[in-house]
Amino acid sequence: MASTAVAIAVQRNLFAVVVLFGAYSFLMATVLVALDAVDVGMTEAAVGAGISTVLLLGTLYLVRKEEMKPLHRPLLPLAVSIATGAVLAYGTLGLPAFSDPDAPIHTHVAPRYIHDALRETGVPNVVTAVLASYRGYDTLGEVMVVFTAGAGVIALLRRRKRRMKEDRQ
Amino acid sequence: MRDYLVLRVIAKLMIAFMLVFALYVQFHGDFGPGGGFQAGVIAAAAIIFYAIIYGLPAARTVVPDWLAETMVAAGVLLYASVGVAGILLGGNYLDYFVLHADPVEGQHRGIFWVEVGVFITVAGVMLKIFYLFAGRPGEEEEGK
Repeated sequence: MASTAVAIAVQRNLFAVVVLFGAYSFLMATVLVALDAVDVGMTEAAVGAGISTVLLLGTLYLVRKEEMKPLHRPLLPLAVSIATGAVLAYGTLGLPAFSDPDAPIHTHVAPRYIHDALRETGVPNVVTAVLASYRGYDTLGEVMVVFTAGAGVIALLRRRKRRMKEDRQ
Repeated sequence: MRDYLVLRVIAKLMIAFMLVFALYVQFHGDFGPGGGFQAGVIAAAAIIFYAIIYGLPAARTVVPDWLAETMVAAGVLLYASVGVAGILLGGNYLDYFVLHADPVEGQHRGIFWVEVGVFITVAGVMLKIFYLFAGRPGEEEEGK
């Protein structure tokens, strides 16, 4: 995965970058499956590797195939990203160990979901029970976000179409 | 890519399975991994795959623009109306227990319709965004 990321940063051919992004997303999906988050892995494989690759290729059709040489030295952005990464890595030191059963996140509402979800909702998959039932309001918000994103894209690209028609007349 | 025989045949074979897999992920979400989001994305990916191989006009006859646009709003409305149905039947907003005489059965019903709503919206948004992105180059060429 690290080699893919480095290749994406170094590569100047945008087509190769898009394909490498797809490969990166698939690797990310395998990581998520290894973390037992199959749902997220599925979404990553379908959206990250599938649909966004297609969208990026569609964009590539409109722009040049080669990335322009940057006008400034990359040292400052590199320093900023390394510093941010170091701060984030330092922050993880304060977190409880991975899959620690006594971590606060596992002692709040999670036991209730795991114990009572099957009895209360009759749905054996706890993820679905939490997503659609216990946290139904949150999921409604998520669907609203997806709807808003779609409506925004429609509004932006539609307007351009109309303007182009006016130009032609 | 309509001229590549192998791609055409494989695509025709795969798309049916992709759509069935989307439905499986959708309706088996109660038992296995998956749900409305994943199923919607997979279904949209199947249609986009079809559009890539057979061309955008062919995909637009399968799922026309107005249908994709209607789906974007219909899914949210379906989700929200499940909540309203809960109020009308004497519960709170998005309260599934009142949807059926048996509370567990009511939960089943609520989760089912909510997931259908998610599926419709996600599939509609993905398709619509793809149509808009893919439809642009042709129009710009016309404009020149």
